[in-house]
Amino acid sequence: MSSLFTYTLRIADSSLILGQRMSEWCSNGPTLEEDIAMSNISLDMFGQANGFYQYAAQLDGTKSADELAFRRNEREFFNHQLVEQENGNFGTTMVRNFLHDVFNFLFYTELTKSKDETLSALASKSLKEVKYHLRHSSNWLIRLGDGTGESNTKVQDALEELWMYTGELFEMDNLDTELLNNGIAVDNSALKLEWDIMVNKTLVKAKLTRPEDAYMATGGKKGLHTEYLGFILSEMQFLQRAYPDAKW
Amino acid sequence: MQSGNTKYIWELLNTVPDPEIPVISVVELGVIREVKFENDSLNISITPTYSGCPAVKTFMDDIKTCLTENDINNFELKIVYSPAWTTEWMTDATKEKLRKYGISPPSNIVICPQCKSENTTLISEFGSTACKSLFKCDECLEPFEFFKCI
Repeated sequence: MSSLFTYTLRIADSSLILGQRMSEWCSNGPTLEEDIAMSNISLDMFGQANGFYQYAAQLDGTKSADELAFRRNEREFFNHQLVEQENGNFGTTMVRNFLHDVFNFLFYTELTKSKDETLSALASKSLKEVKYHLRHSSNWLIRLGDGTGESNTKVQDALEELWMYTGELFEMDNLDTELLNNGIAVDNSALKLEWDIMVNKTLVKAKLTRPEDAYMATGGKKGLHTEYLGFILSEMQFLQRAYPDAKW
Repeated sequence: MQSGNTKYIWELLNTVPDPEIPVISVVELGVIREVKFENDSLNISITPTYSGCPAVKTFMDDIKTCLTENDINNFELKIVYSPAWTTEWMTDATKEKLRKYGISPPSNIVICPQCKSENTTLISEFGSTACKSLFKCDECLEPFEFFKCI
């Protein structure tokens, strides 16, 4: 397995799992407009995942994009643990997405400068979409945080619960460092400063309190996950597992 | 097969409608980036509008059908991501077609396609398709869709 393949897979996995989580909102949104918004975001995430899986499949040469998405187990998925966390209430989903959207925005902005032409092209495509995902989640965070006492409590609680999954976003392992030195990968640790500034700014507007940095979960990159990923995969992969190679 | 005649291919492609906005063709949408013949095979480069847009798969199939119905069988459709698709590739004539169809075309100022008022309000950044957002006109009070600028 080449480093570039694994690196590409990691990006694809986070998009796919967040897309799958967002698809759970389809027909369950709080309003029709939001239902449509979340389904749209889900589609964007699937589309981005598909682009990266196609590239990974091309690098690998033995597995198709569909096989990568539907025939791997939990331990072979490298997504951030943040994206697999439960949707909870609408506020929880907006908090989770906001924390990830800010990261994605900064990450793709940097990845557009990658020496790898395909990664750079996929990043510029994804960046256009991530910009309005971020606008969407930020606006909701402000509206809910600065809304009623109840809405404020709900998003503040979600923020406290999900904060421990934000540390992982900025981790660098050997593979990241190797590709960074080749001008291909993004320096995740360098994104932290800007992420802090952007997150803090919105939290202030939303009248929310930034949680203290305490224990941070880790392991997504190594294929270690919270209990939720297995459930997500069992639903998402069911059809391809039960009827391998089934076509739509 | 009219080998080498790319103009003819462009004309054919211009008959393939966008599956979700049938008043404009895939050429007018700006997704066909390049048409060229290489060693007697036709290569068409296509750029997706939005990465998750389900219409992409549909119009790829429609393009294949259009070509084979016109006895062109030796072709390859290639997806290109860079440069990323932008609404800036749409011509004014295409934008006018959108407006007549009831969709406010991509522009810095959102204009009601019905009464042409600039007095409009965003309802939701997300509409019935990935490329559109939802607005309402504060003059004639009609809701309408706006083709997002990306």
